[in-house]
Amino acid sequence: MTQIPVTQISAADMAALVDREEHDFADMQRRHFKARAKMSLENEALRASFLGASNFLVGKRKAMFPDDAELSALRNRGEAIRQHTLNNLPDLLQRLETNLTANGIQVHWAETAEEACWLIHNILQDNNARTVVKGKSMVSEEIELNHYLEQRGIECLESDMGEYLVQLAKETPSHIIMQAIHKNKEQIARLMHSRAQTSDGQAVPYSEDVDELIGNARSILRDKFMTADAGISGVNMAVANTGTLCLVENEGNGRMTTTVPKLHIAVTGIEKVVEDFSQVPDLLTLLTRSATGQKITTYFNMISGPKKPGEKDGPEQVHLVLLDNGRSRIFNHDTLKPTLQCIRCGACMNHCPVYARIGGHAYGSTYPGPIGQVVTPQIGGLQKHGDMLSACSLNGACGDACPVRIPLPKLIRELRSEAVNPDVNHLTADSIRQVFNPVLGRGSKRTLGESLIWRGWSLAHRQPWLYRLMTRLLTRGRKLLPKKLGPWTRSRSMPQAAARSLHELVRDRGVANELNSGESQ
Amino acid sequence: MPLSDAASAGPALARSYPVKPRAVYLMGTCLVDSFYPQAGMDAIALIEREGVEVIFPQAQTCCGQPAYNSGYDDEARQVARQQLEAFSADIPLVVMMGSCAAMLHKDYPSLFAGEPEEAQAKALAARTYEFSEFMVNVLQVELTDNSQQPLTVALHTSCSARRSMQVAEQHKALVSSLSGVQLVEPQRATECCGFGGTFAVKQPDISAAMAKDKADNIAATGADVITSADCGCLMNISGTLDKQGRSLPVKHLATLLWERSQ
Repeated sequence: MTQIPVTQISAADMAALVDREEHDFADMQRRHFKARAKMSLENEALRASFLGASNFLVGKRKAMFPDDAELSALRNRGEAIRQHTLNNLPDLLQRLETNLTANGIQVHWAETAEEACWLIHNILQDNNARTVVKGKSMVSEEIELNHYLEQRGIECLESDMGEYLVQLAKETPSHIIMQAIHKNKEQIARLMHSRAQTSDGQAVPYSEDVDELIGNARSILRDKFMTADAGISGVNMAVANTGTLCLVENEGNGRMTTTVPKLHIAVTGIEKVVEDFSQVPDLLTLLTRSATGQKITTYFNMISGPKKPGEKDGPEQVHLVLLDNGRSRIFNHDTLKPTLQCIRCGACMNHCPVYARIGGHAYGSTYPGPIGQVVTPQIGGLQKHGDMLSACSLNGACGDACPVRIPLPKLIRELRSEAVNPDVNHLTADSIRQVFNPVLGRGSKRTLGESLIWRGWSLAHRQPWLYRLMTRLLTRGRKLLPKKLGPWTRSRSMPQAAARSLHELVRDRGVANELNSGESQ
Repeated sequence: MPLSDAASAGPALARSYPVKPRAVYLMGTCLVDSFYPQAGMDAIALIEREGVEVIFPQAQTCCGQPAYNSGYDDEARQVARQQLEAFSADIPLVVMMGSCAAMLHKDYPSLFAGEPEEAQAKALAARTYEFSEFMVNVLQVELTDNSQQPLTVALHTSCSARRSMQVAEQHKALVSSLSGVQLVEPQRATECCGFGGTFAVKQPDISAAMAKDKADNIAATGADVITSADCGCLMNISGTLDKQGRSLPVKHLATLLWERSQ
């Protein structure tokens, strides 16, 4: 192994830089959305990382779907499969439980994040498990499992390379597929050198060589796999008819996590169920191509039970924790229900121009980007997470990229409406419509100032005479307009109103104001 | 090959188009009304030249999109109701901007779902066309470039025009049909310019970062003129370039087409 010499920076300085990054991250997470976004925007290296990743991943996905018509048909099938799940969710979950149990997999139901953590901790305690290796699981991030277990003296080690780095750095993932995408090669080299330790307690030699970095992490993790008491993984699809847990991964860490330790605990959201194995290939194709631009991942694990008598490997116990954490509430919401179609591929964030500029940490939530903007306020409430909803220009790129056709822009707009509409009873001229299932924190983002602005705006635009008067004032008084207009003119010049409005020009030209009676197409 | 053939290539669900009508409504939209009124006049000239009468109801105001996109559905509906009234006769409605066209064509049906005006809103949505779509697919215009001067044009198709109305090909077809015009596409052409209506006000820093990248990419094309059928984008991009001291003339698509073909 050739070690790249470090000539410019001492080990102590390197450790200080790594500590500084940890501090900056923690500092950022204490702030509100706008401040977090601003911090990201001002970080040139971060912006370059995210824009580069976006270009790379968008390009890779595109190369995987050369035929628009085929892609469209495949997306239709993906959407249909996921909607089929949602239309039959209670029944499918029962069937899943029955068939998993028949296969020897123990099923647990958790209504909240806290309950899921408690359940997992209990299973670990029952088995005297003190050390855990983890495969990648965003649901375990959602419930903050590592924190919960570490507080109770259980050591959790992330085994996916990205998750491993994020854990070393004491940060959270900035992307749901590429967790450490916010770090460049140099940062990773410093992080590994400063904080990773081989099993005999040695520091990892400094290297900026990607293969070497991965090799170092691999050998550290290999030792842990062999000695860990339990493995915790996520699930990409749970097949109801066969009682099978499917897990997609590239590094082999998922295979190790779910087969080497004696105890395997899988955790997933209740929406991840599919009815039949025949539905798996389409979803898998969509998932891997949309996520990383791969035809297939290196590993596709199908877990159908613990080790059987006479088998040489595999865990002695397999558990599945099915998490609700607000999903039933989403399931019961008429317009927001498609949120649960998500297969967590990350294509929406790769295609989002806002995500490409502010990155994942700015969202301050487990799930960033467009799907995060839709999921997070529904799980964590609009009061806490409603601010991120304004960070969307409704450009529609995410909705176009979504492999299962979640109407993301529509859902973001719908949540904006939930955020500012306090009434649970919706009164219209001729009906009272009740909102039976409001999103947590409905109406909490309504402010008097903003609602007055929109009320005034509405008044001015529903009275044609008033609208024309305002337009007249704007055009006639254009020389009197200020040269600065809030944040708009910080980076743009002031737009120049025309001397006369179109309404006036048209009238002067004698363009008809209405269709002559009796005339039609 | 007629423009309409060029523009219908693609997997998008094809919309069916009526034969050339005797008369159409024109919706200027509020941005065109106060900031780019000449675009409206040029669109009228283009449509009338094809033998179609243009009706411009003075009672029209705004489609209601700013309030709708901000989640103020009631306020949006109150304003939208005014447009249902202003454009009540059963003739096609041509809208000068992609985003407003998308509001009427795509969002009015859900905005009025369960309301007394639901049927009326659906009917208006069905006869609403974005400007370029109407030119290409309904009027099937054949433009002759009568200008002697060669011109390099950077085309910015708005996200609403591209994704909601799916008329990016119509924009290209119209500009490309002008023989003296060289059409150039900036890098990351399909990406949002950062305007997004109230987005630019609520998230000014993110919006400015997006606008800067868009302005850089457009400036890099070396174009003489920027054209778009969405004035929010034009205002955003040209305002950004202007502030940076590298102004480029901007023209609504209708103005470019009329100036070159009259």
